[in-house]
Amino acid sequence: MARVALRELCGYRSGDKGDIADIAIFADDDETYTLIVAEVTAERVRRHFGWMVGGDVVRYEAANVRALKFVLHEALGGGGPATLRSDNLGKTLGGALMRLEIEVPDALARRRRGRPDVGWARAILAEATAGHHLPGAESSV
Amino acid sequence: MSDRDDDPKRTIKIAGGQGFYGDTPRSVEGLLAEGIDYLCLEALAELTLAILAKDRARDETRGFTRDLPRYLAAALPAVAAGKTKLITNAGGINPTAAARAAVATARELGVSGITIATVTGDDLMPRIDEIGPSLTNLDTGEAFTAVAEPPRFAAAYIGAQPIVEALRQGADIVITGRVADAALFLAPLAYEYDWATDDWDRLAAGILIGHLLECSGQVAGGNFSGEWWTIPHPWDLPYPIAEVSPDASAVITKPRASGGRVDLDTVRHQLLYEVHDPAAYLSPDVVADFTSARFTDLGDDRVAVTGVVGRPATDTYKAILAYPAGWAGEAKVAFSWPDAREKAEVAAAIFVKRVEQAGHEVAEWCLERWGVDALGGPTVPPTDTEAPEVVMRVAWRCDDEATAAAVAREMTPLTLSAPPAGLTGMGRGGVSRASELLTIWPTLVDKSAVDPHVSVTIEEV
Repeated sequence: MARVALRELCGYRSGDKGDIADIAIFADDDETYTLIVAEVTAERVRRHFGWMVGGDVVRYEAANVRALKFVLHEALGGGGPATLRSDNLGKTLGGALMRLEIEVPDALARRRRGRPDVGWARAILAEATAGHHLPGAESSV
Repeated sequence: MSDRDDDPKRTIKIAGGQGFYGDTPRSVEGLLAEGIDYLCLEALAELTLAILAKDRARDETRGFTRDLPRYLAAALPAVAAGKTKLITNAGGINPTAAARAAVATARELGVSGITIATVTGDDLMPRIDEIGPSLTNLDTGEAFTAVAEPPRFAAAYIGAQPIVEALRQGADIVITGRVADAALFLAPLAYEYDWATDDWDRLAAGILIGHLLECSGQVAGGNFSGEWWTIPHPWDLPYPIAEVSPDASAVITKPRASGGRVDLDTVRHQLLYEVHDPAAYLSPDVVADFTSARFTDLGDDRVAVTGVVGRPATDTYKAILAYPAGWAGEAKVAFSWPDAREKAEVAAAIFVKRVEQAGHEVAEWCLERWGVDALGGPTVPPTDTEAPEVVMRVAWRCDDEATAAAVAREMTPLTLSAPPAGLTGMGRGGVSRASELLTIWPTLVDKSAVDPHVSVTIEEV
C-alpha cells in the first residue's frame, strides 16, 4: 500500500447552489473507481475542508460515469452573492479536494496524471510581449 | 404542432449558445453555420438574478441581461430566414422589458415578419404577500415569516411547457424569465416531437441533453480538469450542439471548424456539474435519473447519449428569493520577500485595529493570504518554503454602505505606516467600492400557486 493524492487518480469539477458547494470526482478506470468508492468517504471530505465547510457532506455515486458527487452544506461563507470569499462560487474546491491523499494498492502507487506542457502558450505570450517580461519563455521559443 | 415529417432518422439540432451573463455572442456565428434548428441561450445563474435585481432597483426598465441585443443581432438574420428559432431566459426578472428591447433591435436592423413570444409568471413578487407565508427555506428550514424585510426578488424556476406553447403559437423567438436552464432545451424537443407531458423517459433525456448544453463551452473543453492543456485551439472553444432523434437519443457534438473537444471525459464532467443527487435531478418537468444514461464515444468529437430514465415531476417548483445581507468592501495589499507572509499578517492586524479605533462596526472579516492558502484554506499543507510575495486580501461586511466605504479609507494610510514594501492598491483599484450583499433564500412553491399566472404574449414584428 502507498499514499497517493487524488490529483494523480481523478478529474474534478465543482460548482454552487446557494450556500452549498458540490464537487464531482471522476475515475479513469473501474479499478480506480472501486478504490475511491471505498476510500473517499463523505466524512473524509468533510475533515479535509475543516472550517471551510460548516454543515454536512453528502456523497452520491454515479457508476455509469465512474464518478462520486460530494454535496457540501454551508460551504461558501453564505453563498454566491452574500459571501466575502474570493471563490464565491466554489469553483476551486474541486481542485482543493485533489490534495486529499488515500491509501492505494501497490498497482496504483505509481499512477501519475500528466503535467501541463504549455510551451505553445508561452510562445504566444513571448510574441505578444516581443520576448520581454515573460519569465521562462526563452527555453520554449 | 410541428409540421415536420415523421422520419425516425430525422434529428433536431439544438445548440447552447450562451452559458451565463457575460458569455460571448461571437459563439453564435459558428453555431448558425452548422444549420441548427434551435439556438438556446442560457443567461441566468443565482448570482445573475441578484445582479439584475440591483439593476432594476436603479432603473425600472432594466432587470434583463443587457447583452441580449448583441445576441439577437448575431442571430436575427437566420431567424428571419426561417432557419433557426431562438429561445432564451435572458428576460431575467423583467422579460417584458427584454421583449421590448428585442423588438427594438429587430426594427433597428430592419428585420420584419418574425414572431416574438414572451413568457411571464415566474416572478412571484406581485403575489409574495399571498404566497410567502406558506414558504420555508429549503436549506435551513427557516420560515418566510421569520424574515423581516421584503425580498429583492422572488422567482420560481418554471418548466418547458410555456415555451412549447409559444412555439405552437408560431414564435420564432421566445424570451422568458426564470425558466430552468435545461428546460430551455427540452422545450423545442418536446414541441418538435410532440412528447407527452408524462413521457418521463423522453422528458428526462431532454433535460439531460439540456443540462449538457446549458453551460456552453464547459462540455467542449472549457473548465476541463483532464489534460486541459491539450484542448485544441482553446481561444476558439466551440459551443455545443445536440443532434436529437425522436426517441430522445442524442449525439453531443460541436461545430467542425473550431477548436475544443467533445469526448466521454468532457461530457461526463459536465453531466454532474451543479447536480446534487445524480439519480434524482429535479427539474420542473421531470425527475431525471442521470445515472441511467449510457454514453458512447463515437470519435470525431461526437458522444452518443442513450437510455435515460425519468420519473414523474414533483408538485412543486424550486424558487429563490433574495434578501439584503449588508454591505461588503475589500482591499488587497501585496508584500515582497523577505518575510512576505509575516508582513502581510501584521499589515492586516494594523488595519483591523485602525478600523476599530475609528469606531467602524464590522460584522464579519474575511482574510485571505494569496500565495499561501487563500483558496485552499486548511487543505493546503504547511510549507517551510518562503513565498516570494504574498497578497493580503481583506474583505469586510458592515450593516450599511457608508460604514463599508469608511472602512476602506483606513487602508490607504498604511502606505507609509505598515511593514516595509507593501504595494497598497495592487497597481490600480486594489481598494474596491462597497457593494451590497444578498442572501439567496431557496424554497419550494406549489405549482398550483404559479401555473395559473404563467402566460405567453405574442408580438409580430
